[in-house]
Amino acid sequence: MMRKAPARTPDLWTVPRHVLKLLSYIILPAFLIFLWWALTVHSTSFIFPKFTKIVSSLKNYWMTAHGMGELWSSLRNLMVGYAIAVGLGIIVGAWLGASKAVRQVFMPVIDFIRSIPPPVLLPLGVVLIGVGDDMRITVITFGSIWPILFATIEGIRSTEPLRLSMSSVFHLRRVDHWWRLVLPGASPHIISGMRTALQIAFVLIVISELMASSSGIGFEILQASRTFRYADVWAGAIVLGLLGVVLNLTFGLFAAAILRWRTAESRARGMS
Amino acid sequence: MSDTGGRAVDPQAVLQVESLTKSYQPDGSSPVLHGVDFEVQARELVSVVGPSGAGKTTLLNCITGILRPTSGDVRFAGGTVDGPPDRLAMVFQDYGRSLLPWLDVMGNVTLPLRRVVRDKARRAERALHVLESVGLNGAERKKPYQLSGGMQQRVAIARALAYQPILLVMDEPFASVDAQTREELEDLTLKLRKEYDMTIVLVTHDIDEAVYLSDRIIILAGSPTTVRGNLDVRLGRDRDQITTKALSEFNELRAIVHAGVRGQELHP
Repeated sequence: MMRKAPARTPDLWTVPRHVLKLLSYIILPAFLIFLWWALTVHSTSFIFPKFTKIVSSLKNYWMTAHGMGELWSSLRNLMVGYAIAVGLGIIVGAWLGASKAVRQVFMPVIDFIRSIPPPVLLPLGVVLIGVGDDMRITVITFGSIWPILFATIEGIRSTEPLRLSMSSVFHLRRVDHWWRLVLPGASPHIISGMRTALQIAFVLIVISELMASSSGIGFEILQASRTFRYADVWAGAIVLGLLGVVLNLTFGLFAAAILRWRTAESRARGMS
Repeated sequence: MSDTGGRAVDPQAVLQVESLTKSYQPDGSSPVLHGVDFEVQARELVSVVGPSGAGKTTLLNCITGILRPTSGDVRFAGGTVDGPPDRLAMVFQDYGRSLLPWLDVMGNVTLPLRRVVRDKARRAERALHVLESVGLNGAERKKPYQLSGGMQQRVAIARALAYQPILLVMDEPFASVDAQTREELEDLTLKLRKEYDMTIVLVTHDIDEAVYLSDRIIILAGSPTTVRGNLDVRLGRDRDQITTKALSEFNELRAIVHAGVRGQELHP
């Protein structure tokens, strides 16, 4: 028989969900922008320019073909570096997660490598790979792969032993064993690793552009700050913030789609 | 053929367990099972009954090839089991774990078939047929968690049936459902064995269930566990929850198994 979803626990002041969304995405930001504007409207400070100046910088500096080009250059590096981190992290993580022997051999070396902060690799990267996008992508991948790798190992290790028995009794094909049994089971872990990795990759866009770079949003902000164009620096920070929000929202949709079974399952069991 | 201790080996036997001893210690000390011996003939429904902790699961894992015996032999369809044999299917106690929540009923039932039946339409056809047999018509697009426990176990049974096994092994299959559902699933098992003409090994700690369903009961007891009794159940093929359970033979068998499980003398 069908199970009914349990009634949601009543709140003291129940606010409908869409009202909350409207509040959090429009009204609160609008209020903060107003506050920013109000506090700087008479500003003569060099470092805290009038908000209107920041807005005009947004319009005249960032919302131009040049500004968007820089943004795209950063975004492309981020996506390529992150995609490699996800692919490699899941493959290596699955390999390590499936075998205790393999883990025992490789974990000490992996622990050593991941302890190196990625920015340290920048000078080495410049020497070894050069100053182009390849180097920046490498730094982003290197920095963001670890949460994915470790989450995948944990996810694979925590596969239900009963499901492994089921797989071997029914002689599931390798491809079905991995794609239909093990990886979907590990997906909640993997997704949470990917979420952390995305934050790291995002920070590393800027860091990877701080050295020996001539393009990208991090470079542009650095350049603006070196030439005392603080309105452009603030505007750049806003652009980065907006990019972060868009990335998080996109990731949220992706994660929700992958983990739909889990949300529905826990709701059916009355645990949500 | 290996040495069977002088007993005649029945070539008809689907499953032969021969002086099976299993210890989890590397040196083979303190075994869980000691010298377990029994056979299952084609089309028989044999229950393995024993108290909790009697090594029923260990025995099952040896039969399904998940564990290797310390000594002795398990033979399935004529060959020695040294890994999960082909054409053996299993229904696990914990349907919540054995079914995959990210696949719908159809996906779960066809999962083991992906290797055996290449054609997708034929896989679906086979799945729909067994789903009808277990009384789940129209549920193929449902996710397991949208179904009750009893229906989830029906999905697991359908998955095993669709695989068309020579031997169906059921590990405490009805231990996690309520009494009413349990009776329904017991009757479903009787119906399916007729319909599919199958050989079934059922592991259970429930004595009534064992007597009600079986042609023969293997009683496990002791420490280490040995076979304490090998009991024929002559209640006919047509059984009914009310009339069969009211038979005096039913109650006699029940008492015998009960005594056996407790380690007392058997009076058949």
